[in-house]
Amino acid sequence: MTGSLAGALTPSATVVTSLPAAGVQRAAWLVLAFPVAGALILLLGGKRTNSWGHLVGVAMPLAAFGYGVIAFVAMLGYPATQRSRDLTLFNWIPVAHFQVSIGLQLDQLSICFVLLITGVGSLIHIFAVGYMAQDAERRRFFGYMNLFLAAMLLLVLADNYLGLYAGWEGVGLASYLLIGFWQFRPAAAVAAKKAFIANRVGDAGLSLAIMLMFATFGSVNFAGVFGAAPSASTGVVTAIGLLLLLGACGKSAQLPLQSWLLDAMEGPTPVSALIHAATMVTAGVYLIVRSSPLFGLSPDARLAVAIVGAATLLFGAIIGCAKDDIKKALAGSTMSQIGYMMLAAGLGPAGYVFAIAHLLVHGFFKAGLFLGAGSVKHEMNDEVDMRRFGGLGRIMPFTFVTFLFGYLAIIGIPPFSGFFTKDGIIEVAFDKGGTSGAILGSATVLGAAITAFYMTRVMFMTFLGERRWDDKAHPHEAPPVMTVPMILLAVGSAAAGAFLVLGSRLGDFLAPVRGIGSAPAAHGWFTKPGTAALVLVVAGVLIAWAMYGRREVPVVAPAGNFATVAARKDLYGDVINESVLMRPGQWLTRLSVYFDNRGVDGLVNTLAATMGGTSGRVRRLQTGFVRSYALSMFVGAVLLLGALLLVRL
Amino acid sequence: MVLAASAADTTRSITFWLLAIISVAAGLGMVLARRAVHCAVLLAVVMLSLAVLYAMLGAPFLAFVQVIVYTGAVLMLFLFVMMIVGISSADSIIETIRGQRMAAALAGIGLLVLLTFIVGHAAIGPGTRTGAAYGSSNINGLATLIFTRYVFPFEITSALLITAALGAMVLAHAERTSAKPTQRRLSRQRVASGRPAPLPGPGTYARHNAVDMPALLPDGSVSRLSVSPVITGLARGAGPGPAVRTEALRAADTASAGTASAGINGTGGGSHDSGPAGADSGDAGSGDADSTPKEAR
Amino acid sequence: MISPGHYVALSVILFVIGGVGVLVRRNAIVVFMCVELMLNAVNLAFVAFARLHGTLDGQVIAFFVMVVAAAEVVVGLAILTAIFRTRRSASVDDPNLLKY
Repeated sequence: MTGSLAGALTPSATVVTSLPAAGVQRAAWLVLAFPVAGALILLLGGKRTNSWGHLVGVAMPLAAFGYGVIAFVAMLGYPATQRSRDLTLFNWIPVAHFQVSIGLQLDQLSICFVLLITGVGSLIHIFAVGYMAQDAERRRFFGYMNLFLAAMLLLVLADNYLGLYAGWEGVGLASYLLIGFWQFRPAAAVAAKKAFIANRVGDAGLSLAIMLMFATFGSVNFAGVFGAAPSASTGVVTAIGLLLLLGACGKSAQLPLQSWLLDAMEGPTPVSALIHAATMVTAGVYLIVRSSPLFGLSPDARLAVAIVGAATLLFGAIIGCAKDDIKKALAGSTMSQIGYMMLAAGLGPAGYVFAIAHLLVHGFFKAGLFLGAGSVKHEMNDEVDMRRFGGLGRIMPFTFVTFLFGYLAIIGIPPFSGFFTKDGIIEVAFDKGGTSGAILGSATVLGAAITAFYMTRVMFMTFLGERRWDDKAHPHEAPPVMTVPMILLAVGSAAAGAFLVLGSRLGDFLAPVRGIGSAPAAHGWFTKPGTAALVLVVAGVLIAWAMYGRREVPVVAPAGNFATVAARKDLYGDVINESVLMRPGQWLTRLSVYFDNRGVDGLVNTLAATMGGTSGRVRRLQTGFVRSYALSMFVGAVLLLGALLLVRL
Repeated sequence: MVLAASAADTTRSITFWLLAIISVAAGLGMVLARRAVHCAVLLAVVMLSLAVLYAMLGAPFLAFVQVIVYTGAVLMLFLFVMMIVGISSADSIIETIRGQRMAAALAGIGLLVLLTFIVGHAAIGPGTRTGAAYGSSNINGLATLIFTRYVFPFEITSALLITAALGAMVLAHAERTSAKPTQRRLSRQRVASGRPAPLPGPGTYARHNAVDMPALLPDGSVSRLSVSPVITGLARGAGPGPAVRTEALRAADTASAGTASAGINGTGGGSHDSGPAGADSGDAGSGDADSTPKEAR
Repeated sequence: MISPGHYVALSVILFVIGGVGVLVRRNAIVVFMCVELMLNAVNLAFVAFARLHGTLDGQVIAFFVMVVAAAEVVVGLAILTAIFRTRRSASVDDPNLLKY
């Protein structure tokens, strides 16, 4: 069904009721149970499970994926308006006015995420079996990965904000554990801490939003909040929306909480692929889309989301241009692509669908790109500096081809997946109209051009050109356990976009979801913005070819102009954080310590010293001489008599 | 009658004022005297004057008890202990605790002022004789009171006295560190010492017969053995004791240092003359027996 | 006319003298004797007050004071001899180890 343009932009007025789960979907808790069991077995089992731990670690996501497929098929069996199903597991907080239960809501949006998380997650787990084969702690790794999966699934399946928050925190924890997996490396430990702290700032926003929701609506269930939302004042809804945006920024590494994502590349590559590309960083987008009834009531919050998305997409793209570390370049790319998703999510119902579509295909191609980078790194003795790669395409054909598919998808070349979704986002941005629409649309087009540039740069520096590595490295193709997942992901990179967008398949599927309303309008093939974007993409590719394909790539990074230097420094993101937050924080700490030492301790110590000093003086009364004691008795008696006299007279 | 009354009054007044001055003077003297024996004697003076005052206040029984028990028994107990402890332990004038004297003086003056104030403020009228309600005489009255109203304190004080006596016995008891020497051992010792016979007693003369008078040997020389070495302080390896500078003994000692058997055959006439003369000077010497102990100690 | 007030005044003076004596003298026996002086002064006051009221209770109390004073002197002097035997000193200032 194609809605009108106006219909595409106004929030839906239909009330979606959620029915209780029936049939196969009653066992939806299995989706959570499998990874939880895996995590428990592996983490509590300890070294005993070392030999077969990775098999359990892979089997659990596969089992969860299997169930996800079954639940999906069952869902397709229902009519479109009856696909949202609730399953209450248990009553978590039974306090008088604050009743919260852990329940799962299986609707179209969450099933998309479940399939993405478990599907791509399983492939990455299989890849990790090969990637982490030499690591003695592989079992623990899989334990943490399963823990992550469990938390992420809880996040997307929860039917209330508190359950979502529990999953939110769980993925934050898993991210910390996995980034700092090689905790003996100081850089990794610091990066893990940085990620966790930046996430915490976002979490504060999310928790404040939940508190505000409870205070305003008296409930934290999706049904309760969305049902009562129209009756609240716009100011409150805007506040909630902005706080949710803050939470999303923390988790999805958007401005201003973006500094942790590039450092998070210290973790093993499967972690970067799963958490920091496909799933965790998309949790912010999920939050925004899920809260669409709230955002629908507050145009200001929506605009804020769109602006944050636009700014971040350019920010990430610029950073990606100057990074020589292949993983960091891809991380910048992730930041940028999620900026696209945020931008789309801020544009209303039409944008939601494209945001989710882009999210799903991004999961495929970004995971594929990261796995390719991991494969290269694995073969090059953990070298990640692209200036030391070069010419690997001939030696690692599978990796090269799968990477190529992901590359074409990300820069948006038809018919690969990225084209459809990105084009959709560009169209929706320009459809917004007015100055904001024009600015946002231009940002998306420019972003596409820059994306093309830096991804081509990565391709040329890594796989094409002359070899720049010395004889210490002996690269050859990765083992099948690593290449097969990459191939499967490449298939997704190639086909998923067309599958989802053409014929408005995803749009129609998601339309009944509360807050989304209707499927976005279909545009023609070659609209003005779309064509302009394609032209600029090609231009970007050509420029990158000119700089890196035709000329020789220097092994030592050249000094670069001020823009390059700025981009190398993450556009001064860390510097700003330090000067605005860290240093004042340190001064505050030092001030507090000083005050505590001098003031509080001084007070206490002075009291103690006074007591000590006084007693030191007073004890000199104990001279040991009987006569002085007799004197004091005598004087005491005299004083007593005097006092009695005073009283009686 | 008025004359008689006024005469009695005058006697009373004179007695009171006299005794008051004497007792205050004696009290001050007691506090200020350097030697303990002087303090004891002055305290006796105070007590006796107080006895007379009791009599004047119509408490004859108490007056006698004061003399007999207090002065006679308690004060004598003091003197006995002084004998044991040593009458030579005199205080030095220097005060060792800083500010003690000043503080004591101030406290004393303060107390005096306070008490005078209190007493002066109290309405103390003339005294009245005790009525006949308590019996014909003072003793009867006291007895009635003690054995009726104050019988319980009386019993308690009796218990106190018993306890005190027992306590004193326990405290003053000196344990033997070695076994008591038996008669057999003592006689063995005496025989083994080379002098089985008892020591000669001190000299007894017409004018001097104190314990520190030495006896004369047949040849007129002074017998050193007749005076206890504790008194002379001249015993070999002698401990503390008042050194009585008996000239004759000194002379005998130095002479005997030269000749081995001077004690018996001795100097004869010369020493015979010097005997009584020595005894005189010895007497003079014993006069300052009190002053010399200071040096000995 | 000598009223009991005079006797009480005398008693006060003797008491103060005795009190100061306790503080100033170092010989233990002399201290004891000063205490005796204080007790005697008190006795005098009691007897004077008995005279004032015309009763004999004051005298009985003075009597008991005398008894108690005697007991106290006995025990005190026994303690003194016991101490003297070991420490060879009758000064009140010598046992001064219980100090700061």
